[in-house]
Amino acid sequence: MAFGTSLEKLDRRWIFLLVALLVLIPLLFPLKLPLAVSGPARHFYEAVEAVPAGSIVVLAGDFDPASGPELLPMTASVVRHLFRKNVRIIALELWEGGPPLVDAALHDIGDELGKKYGVDYVNLGYKSGREAVMPSFGNSFARTFPNDYSGTPVSALPLMAEADNFSKTALFVNISAGYPGTKEWVQQVQGRFAVRMLSGSTAVQAPEIYPYLQAGQVLGLLGGMAGAAEYEKSIGVPGPATKGMDAQSSAHMFIMFLILLGNAIYFSRRRERR
Amino acid sequence: MQISMDFGVWVAAALTLFIFSFLYKDNPFYKFAEHLFVGVSAGYVVVQQYWQVLWPNLLQPAMTAGTPDRWKFFVGGFFCVLLFARMVPALSWLSRYTIAALIGTFAGLKVTGFAQAEVVEQVRATMVPLWSAADPAGSFNNVILVVGVITTLVFFFFSKEHKGALGATARLGIWYLMVSFGAAYGFTVMSRISLLIGRMQFLLDDWLGIVRF
Repeated sequence: MAFGTSLEKLDRRWIFLLVALLVLIPLLFPLKLPLAVSGPARHFYEAVEAVPAGSIVVLAGDFDPASGPELLPMTASVVRHLFRKNVRIIALELWEGGPPLVDAALHDIGDELGKKYGVDYVNLGYKSGREAVMPSFGNSFARTFPNDYSGTPVSALPLMAEADNFSKTALFVNISAGYPGTKEWVQQVQGRFAVRMLSGSTAVQAPEIYPYLQAGQVLGLLGGMAGAAEYEKSIGVPGPATKGMDAQSSAHMFIMFLILLGNAIYFSRRRERR
Repeated sequence: MQISMDFGVWVAAALTLFIFSFLYKDNPFYKFAEHLFVGVSAGYVVVQQYWQVLWPNLLQPAMTAGTPDRWKFFVGGFFCVLLFARMVPALSWLSRYTIAALIGTFAGLKVTGFAQAEVVEQVRATMVPLWSAADPAGSFNNVILVVGVITTLVFFFFSKEHKGALGATARLGIWYLMVSFGAAYGFTVMSRISLLIGRMQFLLDDWLGIVRF
């Protein structure tokens, strides 16, 4: 099978080039493929929508710039959705690279919607200790984070006087890229403090979160850029995730084609050997 | 088209292209970007750890008169210092006390959290009704779930040779595992393509200003 032989010897850089073109072209010339909102993303939206105005929500941004394309759009959408409903946000990060990213989302969208730092939102910043931080945070926000991200004592922030543990909050949203992340928050906090929890995670991690979703430990799930795009659609504010979906779909089609082609060559070779 | 005038954006764009150049072949530009990333990351982590953790949680309360139970911070600080004893071979054994405390704390935390979230809750979630006349589709999903859990557990039962009924059940468990691996692979592909899309969006929008995302 000459065709199969030549493909087996194909320089893989041609495949890299094709994937790059399949991503680049739909970004330049959008195909506007339809986007349906899946069950887990709809449940995520409905859980945020059900939070009463004036409530406090904890947002843990456990990621760094490496997973920004997937998790920044969903962070921005969650912040926008909560602020639009006049819900207040206490943010924290357990990844070193997270604080500036979450801080930028809070300040940019907060400024746009007229929210005031310390009253409508607080960014507590980063704390090392990974999952050891989680039960400590569940017991006392202020003891775990004596200062916020910019070094201001939390005792000087009015919002922090209203909630020092999860009993005073309506919802917990975790945007997670890995360890520590949603798995650890479920293990250390969700059951122990009876927290209503949502998860937005990288696509790589999403299959590990589905059992928690099925068990009701997590009420809604946004998986990867597709989940972020579905949430953007739900809140009616298309962003970078929605605009990346055409590129995502075209690259997926190509990879599926390669998998089928590879299998066809494998089985034809096996038949030849017999 | 509105090319960025921001120096930082140009640096980020150049480093992105340096990293992409590895796809063609290894080269000095890629090496430069890789080493720069490692160095900058290490410096960033040190600064974050000092100002966000060491200072507010240890040094500041330890140095402030009137901090409640101030002695606790000195005890914590002492155990932190013991970790550095590893750098002196004759005293390296001292670091074991701190490491023992860390391991003991983490093991305790992990066991309790894991038992509740991964064992009790997950077992409870598999105890679902196999038939409900009001929800046949849901019943079908429940049957798939319960059969999947049982057959996969049987596959990991190695005390008896997988033959006969046990072998057939274990084989079904393998099919379930294969489906889960396929799903995991699909999600991984989605994640990696998303990262490429993110960089492309940065180059086209923030740097070149060809398209606005």
